Amino acid sequence: MKLRRIHWILIAIAIAAVAIGAAVFHLMMTPPDDLDLARSKPTEQRAYVASIAPETEPLQQGELHAWVLTVTTPDNKPVEGATIAVDGGMPQHGHGLPTSPQMTSYLGEGRYRIEGVKFNMGGWWELKFAISAPPGDDRVTFNLKL
Amino acid sequence: MRRASRFVLGALAVSTLATAGCQPVSFSDAEKEVIASLALTALPPLPDDPTNRVADDPAAAALGATLFFDARMSSNGTVSCSSCHLIDRQFQDDLPLAKGIGTTNRRTMPLAGVAWSPWLFWDGRRDSLWAQALVPMENPVEHGGNRAAFAHFIAANFHDRYERIFGPLPDLSGVPENAGPLGSEAEKAAWNAMTDAQREAVDRVFSNIGKMIAAFERSIVPEETRFDRFAAALAAGKQPEGDAAFSSEEMLGLKLFIGKANCINCHNGARFTDNHFHNTGVPVVAGLPEDLGRETAVKDVAADPFNCLGKFSDAGPGDCGELRFMVTAGEALTRAYKAPSLRGAAGRPPYMHAGQIETLEAVLDHYATAPIAPSGASEVHPMTLSEREREALIAFLKTLGE
Repeated sequence: MKLRRIHWILIAIAIAAVAIGAAVFHLMMTPPDDLDLARSKPTEQRAYVASIAPETEPLQQGELHAWVLTVTTPDNKPVEGATIAVDGGMPQHGHGLPTSPQMTSYLGEGRYRIEGVKFNMGGWWELKFAISAPPGDDRVTFNLKL
Repeated sequence: MRRASRFVLGALAVSTLATAGCQPVSFSDAEKEVIASLALTALPPLPDDPTNRVADDPAAAALGATLFFDARMSSNGTVSCSSCHLIDRQFQDDLPLAKGIGTTNRRTMPLAGVAWSPWLFWDGRRDSLWAQALVPMENPVEHGGNRAAFAHFIAANFHDRYERIFGPLPDLSGVPENAGPLGSEAEKAAWNAMTDAQREAVDRVFSNIGKMIAAFERSIVPEETRFDRFAAALAAGKQPEGDAAFSSEEMLGLKLFIGKANCINCHNGARFTDNHFHNTGVPVVAGLPEDLGRETAVKDVAADPFNCLGKFSDAGPGDCGELRFMVTAGEALTRAYKAPSLRGAAGRPPYMHAGQIETLEAVLDHYATAPIAPSGASEVHPMTLSEREREALIAFLKTLGE
């Protein structure tokens, strides 16, 4: 009787583990509800304020497209001559961007054209920018939901 | 004991909820939106090919079709594009490894909807349909030809038709019968002995052969399936009727496909592919040379004289975004292969880039167990699929080919 009970408990634990595992995995694939989707925010060290806007909306999954990144100082002066590196990916999938976007031109008034962006799946994406200009090096991460 | 039973019942209830086991399958509004994104009606119009100025020229497509089926386009007169891309078999050959003059290292890809693909081959080592078409022609185990011979062949057999499409053929009178940069030692020597102008003339005709074949291949498009009829009814808020009506098993399969099984991550959009490259831990085939997939391909396509940025391309640099912004390094490229379209896939085993997996059942087992990749890192996470769920997914996949 005792053995049988342990047997049942083990089975129950196994079933529960599978169920919880499936639920956790599913949660993992759903973007968090409280994701900060702001398209304008201070950079990590507050050296700049960065804003992003896609050149065309709505965003199309799977289409190569361009964004404009606007960089200003905290007192709203455009930042010129910055070097911009672009990175990103899907935090819940553990992979990066499918392309290697680049800043291809300066559009004036602190605006930089970022070409070669593609999101090949639905879900939570991050777009990260490393900004280097005379005020210093700083980084910013934007969240997007597709 | 009583406590244990309660625990068992509780756990069973949780697991039943988690898998949505035996309840009738229905779709939420969010799921309906995803289903609509997979339907053929969501397929964008045939994309322009700025690299190929004859892409939409009917005369080019007609001669391209002729060449596609012409076995004289090979060194031994027995191999054409259609030898592996069989017209009555979804333009593929049902073999694990394609057979031309010899045996290749890869599975033949089907052609429906290929014009929507930014990258060609399993590893994307070419960036246009015409640049792809040139590769098998000079591969010793496929057509086994060389570009000088192909240029002479066009001049001898299709002189007028070629000129009506492209204008005057270049003077090939001093060009050796057999010469090419990728052929035998004798062919390479002959190629190196040619003048720059001769080499460019041959490359021009050779690239135009690819452009005509590409113009033909653009006409091979996905056909409406039972799934599309089901999706159309769902989108219109109507009860699917006739063969558009899905069984509860097919409904469950679709729900799993876009949900718990995560198939849709890579197999998305109306062609059921994200056009990207993924390491899914597919095993190595014993006896084949090392195959690193996308890792090798990015170097190949960057160096290809027939790529989007090359002088035989009709595109401007602004049209070459895929190539200019391609990821060129990193572990994600190792043994990464293109997610193939799943339209018609149920009807064309074996699966994977070298036909490693014989059946759909075994494909699902592969994804559920998520084996460690032979090199690089697999993107797949292990998952539990019941027998019923596995069968449901297969039932759904079959609706993509009927």
